[in-house]
Amino acid sequence: MTDAAAADRPARDAAAAAARLRRRRRLDARLRAAGIASLLFAAGMLAILVGSLISTGAPAFTQTHVTLEFDVSAKRVKPEDPARGAYRAIVADAIGALFPEVTDRREKRELVKIVSNGAQYMLRDAVVADPSLIGSRVRMAVPVSDPYDQLAKGLVRRDDPEDRRRLSDAEIARFDKLVELGLISRPFNKALFLNADSRFPELAGLNGALWGSFYALLVCFLVSFPAGIAAGVYLEEFAPRNRLTDLIEVNINNLAAVPSVVFGLLALAVFLGWFGMPRSAPYVGGLTLALMTLPTIIIATRAALKAVPPSIREAALGIGASRHQVVFDHVLPLAMPGILTGTIIGLAQALGETAPLLLIGMNAFITAAPDGISDPATALPTQIFIWADSPERGFVSRTSAAILVLLGFLLTMNAAAIYLRKRFERKW
Amino acid sequence: MAGLLLLLIVIAATAGFVVNRRAARRLRAQAGRLHSLEGFHGGWAAALIALPALAAMLAVVVLREPVIDELTLRAMPAEAVEGLDAGERALLLTELRSLADGRAFGQPSAEKLAAARRMAELRRGADLLMLVLAATAGALGFLAARRSLSPGFRARQAVERVLTGLMLGCAALAVLTTAGIFASLVVEAARFFARVPIHEFLFGLNWEPQIPLRADQVAAEGAFGWIPVLVGTLVITVIACAVAIPVGIFTAIYLHEFAAPRVRAVAKPALEILAGVPTVVYGFFAVLTVAPALRAAGAWAGLDVSPNTALAAGGVMGVMLIPFISSFADDALSAVPRSLRDGSLALGATQGETVMKVLFPAAIPGIVGGVLLAVSRAIGETMIVVMAAGLMAKLTINPLDSVTTVTVQIVTLLIGDTSFDNPKTLAAFALGLMLFLLTLGLNVIALRVVRKYREIYD
Repeated sequence: MTDAAAADRPARDAAAAAARLRRRRRLDARLRAAGIASLLFAAGMLAILVGSLISTGAPAFTQTHVTLEFDVSAKRVKPEDPARGAYRAIVADAIGALFPEVTDRREKRELVKIVSNGAQYMLRDAVVADPSLIGSRVRMAVPVSDPYDQLAKGLVRRDDPEDRRRLSDAEIARFDKLVELGLISRPFNKALFLNADSRFPELAGLNGALWGSFYALLVCFLVSFPAGIAAGVYLEEFAPRNRLTDLIEVNINNLAAVPSVVFGLLALAVFLGWFGMPRSAPYVGGLTLALMTLPTIIIATRAALKAVPPSIREAALGIGASRHQVVFDHVLPLAMPGILTGTIIGLAQALGETAPLLLIGMNAFITAAPDGISDPATALPTQIFIWADSPERGFVSRTSAAILVLLGFLLTMNAAAIYLRKRFERKW
Repeated sequence: MAGLLLLLIVIAATAGFVVNRRAARRLRAQAGRLHSLEGFHGGWAAALIALPALAAMLAVVVLREPVIDELTLRAMPAEAVEGLDAGERALLLTELRSLADGRAFGQPSAEKLAAARRMAELRRGADLLMLVLAATAGALGFLAARRSLSPGFRARQAVERVLTGLMLGCAALAVLTTAGIFASLVVEAARFFARVPIHEFLFGLNWEPQIPLRADQVAAEGAFGWIPVLVGTLVITVIACAVAIPVGIFTAIYLHEFAAPRVRAVAKPALEILAGVPTVVYGFFAVLTVAPALRAAGAWAGLDVSPNTALAAGGVMGVMLIPFISSFADDALSAVPRSLRDGSLALGATQGETVMKVLFPAAIPGIVGGVLLAVSRAIGETMIVVMAAGLMAKLTINPLDSVTTVTVQIVTLLIGDTSFDNPKTLAAFALGLMLFLLTLGLNVIALRVVRKYREIYD
């Protein structure tokens, strides 16, 4: 039959049909190409994002140290009060001893700048911890200051003209001498995790921010997890269909889409303004994040409860359990893995949330880790924001490193959620 | 103090549970069958201890600060307190509070020291009062629970009523949050509009929120017209949508129709990663990589690109929104019934024609809903613009120029400033109210569009 139809048609028509088909196939291919291009664009952006963060952040995971011999004489540090010794002078002498040819006052001051400002405090802490060091010579590796750290990592270009560099030729020459003497080392940057924030990039760390985020998330979890489950269970299992429950439902859906900065305004006006809660406190941040996480947990709870088959409920009801007993003894435990997965994802979102924390002052400059949920603190994302705003070069790399740490936490939490879902998922 | 008390209440409630359950067991041994299981009698006791004690604690926590402030000020000499306006009063109280905490700055006057001592005393008194009230309330509750213990007492129903009430309360928390947001924004915005006329805010073309340093500095009142801020927000939103909508939709179409399962298995999680990256990271990415690249490109092309160009902030925001749009578009395409696709393919349409002429039009309502939600996210997005967009409000639609947004202004007006009585701080709440209303409107429309669309095919 097709043969007959083809034979009826002039060859011209067949050619036109073929051309039309080619055009249609071309459109098809074009659509496919647009899709691939879009996908590549998204993937490329992700790659550039991660790549640029890793390439700028990786150097911050090591820190250049210089090993010096400190003469902790009893003249400089009184044995009865080791905390108040002349450590600044000891550090200056230790570095000066390596450059006996430097006598000029100005040059001597430049020399001291090789060592981080924190070296004197590190030395003090070591001596306070072990007073028997007084009167001896202490060999210790201390961080170098940020410009020299950048130099050691090759981030200061030596062939730039001298006035465009942060270090003069003489300063570079001195540093090279230290390298020749084998005194420069670049161990893993423990300070990044053990120190709190500092004005000096080489001393600044994430310890305070990590604890601040931990406390805030703890409060967020303690509030939003029980409240979210209770609300979800009520709406799914007990709520009568009426105006009030409809209102609550619409509300939850809308709350999930309210901009986060508005939650910050709420916290600022209500928690800080009306209730008089303190600024910068992790528990205020935690409460704010809890309000934002609540809709996520409620929605996850309802989905998990829906997935439990009605036969479970009917069986429990059939042997005489009350409705509450059915839900709390049978349905809820079966829904728990799903709820936990949703909770972890909600907490991961809360961990990355920045804007509301800015408004309640969790972006203050705080140089000590918080001791509890009401101690002023920063959080990981706000610390990233503070560092990103700092003018010192060394903070660029630390910002990227802090972001990598944050992304590491998020990846771990999401992986845990996926594992939980895979491990406990039940097909009914 | 409150934390300690909370712990004590939990311990007391647990103890009450154990004691009453044991009593119920004994009763069963003597009197035979009880109406409810012993555990419910224990639970009833725990509820009767914890709830009144918590209520007492909450009442003291909420009331203590204002009451203590008032009592402290009343105890001060009249001439030191009289004639203070709200700001000076708040300042005095802050000073007294830090004195009472044992932190003194400079040399406070004797009367302030006395007031601070009184404040510290009152605080101790309030702590004690809280403890006593909570303990009394808990003890009374426990006694009531013990008295109610009898074979016929319907403890299960009582406990379940309490549980239902608690759950309803938690569900109402969502409504309470919305009400709180609305109330706080409206109250603070109303105080702003008492100083700056509302028409000036809505239609003014200048946004220069400076605060007068002294009361007599009338010249530096500042201008509070939000139009340039709104225009800046819209410029960045349009740029973001120009990136996100085509890329997101084409990605969804490709993944939904053409991609091999293996590609899908890799690309979908990758998009989810893109969606899970915190916005502060995108902001830093915009500052670190995108803005310098655009500037270099502009210099090469002979264009003058501002360092915090709207293009960088909007473009990066667009990247952030790609997964959002593509997942909505994917859902919408999946919701189109199979029969439509099969019919189109059976008529000889190519795959591309099926997508573009059959599936896509059928999915449009869902996609539009997703796009509206994405627009609302772009308007409310904060960190990217705070880091990458400008601070100065300029009335321009040039994407290479620097513009500011509503959220940027809210954050910069409020960072490091909490006194609630200057127009600068209050202006942030007025902007917040506009932002809330704008996004709420978009969300409501979007949800309605999505829901309406679902009703057609379900």
